[in-house]
Amino acid sequence: MANPLRGQVIKLYKTLLYLGREYPQGAAYFRGRLKSAFMKNKDVEDPEKIQKLVARGDFVIKELEALYFLRKYRAMKKRKDQSIQHKCLSSNDAV
Amino acid sequence: MSGRVLVGVKRVIDYAVKIRVKPDNSSVVTDGVKHSMNPFCEIAVEEAVKMKEKKFIKEVVVVSCGPQQAQETIRTALAMGADRGIHVDVTGKDYDNLGPLQVSKIMAALAKKEEAQLVILGKQAIDDDCNQTGQMTAALLDWPQGTFASEVTLEGDKMKVVREIDGGLETIKINTPAVITADLRLNTPRYATLPNIMKAKKKKIDKVKPADLGVDITSRLEVLRVDEPPHREAGVKLETVADLVDKLKEAGTI
Repeated sequence: MANPLRGQVIKLYKTLLYLGREYPQGAAYFRGRLKSAFMKNKDVEDPEKIQKLVARGDFVIKELEALYFLRKYRAMKKRKDQSIQHKCLSSNDAV
Repeated sequence: MSGRVLVGVKRVIDYAVKIRVKPDNSSVVTDGVKHSMNPFCEIAVEEAVKMKEKKFIKEVVVVSCGPQQAQETIRTALAMGADRGIHVDVTGKDYDNLGPLQVSKIMAALAKKEEAQLVILGKQAIDDDCNQTGQMTAALLDWPQGTFASEVTLEGDKMKVVREIDGGLETIKINTPAVITADLRLNTPRYATLPNIMKAKKKKIDKVKPADLGVDITSRLEVLRVDEPPHREAGVKLETVADLVDKLKEAGTI
């Protein structure tokens, strides 16, 4: 049980759980998927395979961060464009 | 030069939350609503932290004005890599009336007190969309300003700022100390990771009152009414082009 990689895996799980709080479909949805993904591989014993799975987890972390950033960036940009459009429209009315 | 940068951060309603107006039209509903750091303030923090990593500056100090919860926003900034926080305690009625002028007075007082070399702010907050705090802070300090920055480079005691203006970019060179306000494309803010948030709990947050800084925060503005934006009316489907032309003529567009 005392696998030297145990700490790494738990840390990965915690980080993903933390990131999942902002997931668009809700934290509960993300948590369910996360748990099943980890449970699916619970019997993996080969250290090399575990390393590979942890690396995949790290990749998912990066993807999630990028997703959140893009979502925010798009929302900000949309608002800016909307306000410009609004200004143009109201200036047209004045003419 | 002190090598200290002051960054203002604001706690606002999260960008993803649907805003609701209170039934009495006095303001928007904030109770039980998710709050987070203003996205433009995140960009400002990131820029300061990047400057520190490149060793252009020595210390990043984040400031937030508001009630106790403002400390959460300061913590997020500390987790992103800022060194120290200052929480300006403003509560109750004062907080409701806190506007850009009051905040800029506080920022100006703190910039002098901390002997800051640079003040970086977000260009605007997504809750009131005022876009005034940076400009007012620069005016109160009588410092040069680089607003809507999309690129900032330090060149000795001068600074080159590329600004986003209508339909293009403008490059200006200003003296330091200066006030910078961050636009959307300045950088991509890093995500405050869980371990860093834990580490940030050990960083120091000073608590001050506006009165300690000798700042008067009475507001001269009165909010008369807050309304939701008008709802978009549903469109209609037309059968033929002739119908469309008629409709357009009716609306006076052709």
